[in-house]
Amino acid sequence: MHDVVLDKIRKTYNKNSLVAVDNVSLSVNKGELFGLIGPDGAGKTSIFRILTTLLLPDGGNASVSGYDVVKDYKIIRNHVGYMPGRFSLYQDLSVEENLNFFATLFGTTIKENYDLIKEIYVQIEPFKTRRAGKLSGGMKQKLALCCALIHRPTVLFLDEPTTGVDTVSRKEFWEMLKRLKSQGITIMVSTPYMDEATLCERIALIQSGKILSINTPANVIAQFPQNLFAIKSTNMSGLLKDLRDFGNIESCNAFGEYHHITLSDESDATQHELKTYLESKQHENIVLQSTTPTIEDCFIQLMNNQDGGNSN
Amino acid sequence: MKQFLTFVRKEFYHVFRDSKTMLMLFGLPIAQITLFGFALTNEIKDSKIVICDYAKDEASQQITYKLAASNNFSIEESLLSHQQIEEAFKAGKIKLAVVFPVNFTYDLLHLNTAQVQLIADAADPNTGSTLTTYATSIIRDYQQDVLQSKSLPLSITTEIRMLYNPELKGVTNFVPGVMALVLMLVCVLMTSVSIVKEKEMGTMEVLLVSPFNPFLVILSKAVPYFALSLINLSVILLLSVFLLDMPINGSVVLLFAESSLLIVTSLALGLLISNSTASQQTAMLLSLMGLLVPTMLFTGFMFPLENMPMPLQVIANLVPAKWYYIIVKSIMIKGLGFSSIWKETLILVGMTTFLLVVSFKKFKIRLG
Repeated sequence: MHDVVLDKIRKTYNKNSLVAVDNVSLSVNKGELFGLIGPDGAGKTSIFRILTTLLLPDGGNASVSGYDVVKDYKIIRNHVGYMPGRFSLYQDLSVEENLNFFATLFGTTIKENYDLIKEIYVQIEPFKTRRAGKLSGGMKQKLALCCALIHRPTVLFLDEPTTGVDTVSRKEFWEMLKRLKSQGITIMVSTPYMDEATLCERIALIQSGKILSINTPANVIAQFPQNLFAIKSTNMSGLLKDLRDFGNIESCNAFGEYHHITLSDESDATQHELKTYLESKQHENIVLQSTTPTIEDCFIQLMNNQDGGNSN
Repeated sequence: MKQFLTFVRKEFYHVFRDSKTMLMLFGLPIAQITLFGFALTNEIKDSKIVICDYAKDEASQQITYKLAASNNFSIEESLLSHQQIEEAFKAGKIKLAVVFPVNFTYDLLHLNTAQVQLIADAADPNTGSTLTTYATSIIRDYQQDVLQSKSLPLSITTEIRMLYNPELKGVTNFVPGVMALVLMLVCVLMTSVSIVKEKEMGTMEVLLVSPFNPFLVILSKAVPYFALSLINLSVILLLSVFLLDMPINGSVVLLFAESSLLIVTSLALGLLISNSTASQQTAMLLSLMGLLVPTMLFTGFMFPLENMPMPLQVIANLVPAKWYYIIVKSIMIKGLGFSSIWKETLILVGMTTFLLVVSFKKFKIRLG
């Protein structure tokens, strides 16, 4: 049973000159925590707005809880919870007034669904008389989530809920999502942070309006086609440049403490050859080891693959 | 219904919590009405004049008293000769000189005709001619007093009556104009800005993804501004009646009903503007430029419409405030009833319906 279905959805702006969503098809199961992962401008917000009936697609079909996003928009608006990427509550109303307002808007009361938001709301309750505009980033997100949940939606759309939020609050936020999932709410969430992808049950990697891959995070990683090596030396920026000049290097990306590389020839001989090459370039303390790819590695690999495919 | 009331309450919170909106809403009308009422009038008050009285007899004294008693003049000094008059004018202190010849009373009573010389500073021709008119009417007034006590000689005199506004007060012209201006400005500006603000802050996005009918969003925005405008109207009327001595000769109920109509027209216009703009600045600019200027120019309270070239007179017909101005003048000053203003009312109703239909058609139930 699918709660969200997109079938060849296409959305363009500026009279077809800018393709934001390019034939995207995906489906989200009932009760699933689904992540839409991609950088800024990949088309995530457009997809969310099409699903929340705020935008009309230029092509394809989409449905939420079995209702068509174009024809049955009124029904969908009754049943979904939506949290836009930007903080979209009334800044000049207090925390409590905001929550009350949205509860009434959906024809319910705070009391009625208090159990659903309780765990989140108790964290911001000490500030309930404070104006929403004066809250910290993390608290704003919690309030926005409360407001999106207050009518007990069947499907929850969260557009980049953790953007601009500190690491601790981000972690808390994902824990809240897991608890909500256990209540049976289908959650579709988008994020530009690749490290958050593993917190979802299934993810869709999206770039320039095209889906690169849809799978569980573990499978996305398992499908990484080659061995991935991590390499470091004392001179990291020089290392990156020198690595790219090496013949057998397929890809090479800076990745925190290490550079992640793939080799066209993974034999021990080539690895040894690489080390000698780097030593000849005055690199010291060279560490080369094989490593498990992250979602980001997979994303970059898929992206390069697609670019290669396009240019051919 | 409960949703609607909550929404209206929220809208009041927005207004009362924003000092800028409050200032705009209540400061602007009070400032405008006092400005137009006191400072910007075309009446001439307390002009300095000199009297050069060669006669110094009963009639000349009495006319001098009458001049002194008038609000329009304040007698600077009494002079003895013509030379001094010229000096006084050159010093720039006085605007008008009144000269009584010798034997003034004798001539008046025995020859039945006497002359008074009025010398005005015509550097500003309007002021000059207005002042001589004032003085002439005071002298004529005296003449009639004299005639009543004496046996009537045969004479034809023209009698001029200024209907509805015998004292030629400027206030009567300005107050209805300011009412139109303030109501238009406040309603159009406030509604358009408040709807665009929801778009700009992203709250419109959340509102749209809710069971709340988008049309109710509009309606619940209109209600608070409608109520606040009526309060505004009352403040303007109270100020005009008690501070500026403006009469309300007609029905107050009718006046409020017609004003409510203009408020709805303005709300519809504000709605239309908010549907066509994406930022508060554009909405504000459009409301101010698109309304303030045409309302000032084409309502007729600053510049008489009759003097405008034909194309401009045609454009003036499109300005709702013009019709409202006519209505308000008819009710407040002439004291007329609905039967005399039904045509103007019908035109306003037509405009309102048109604006409402267009803006509801243009209202977007989605983004973009």
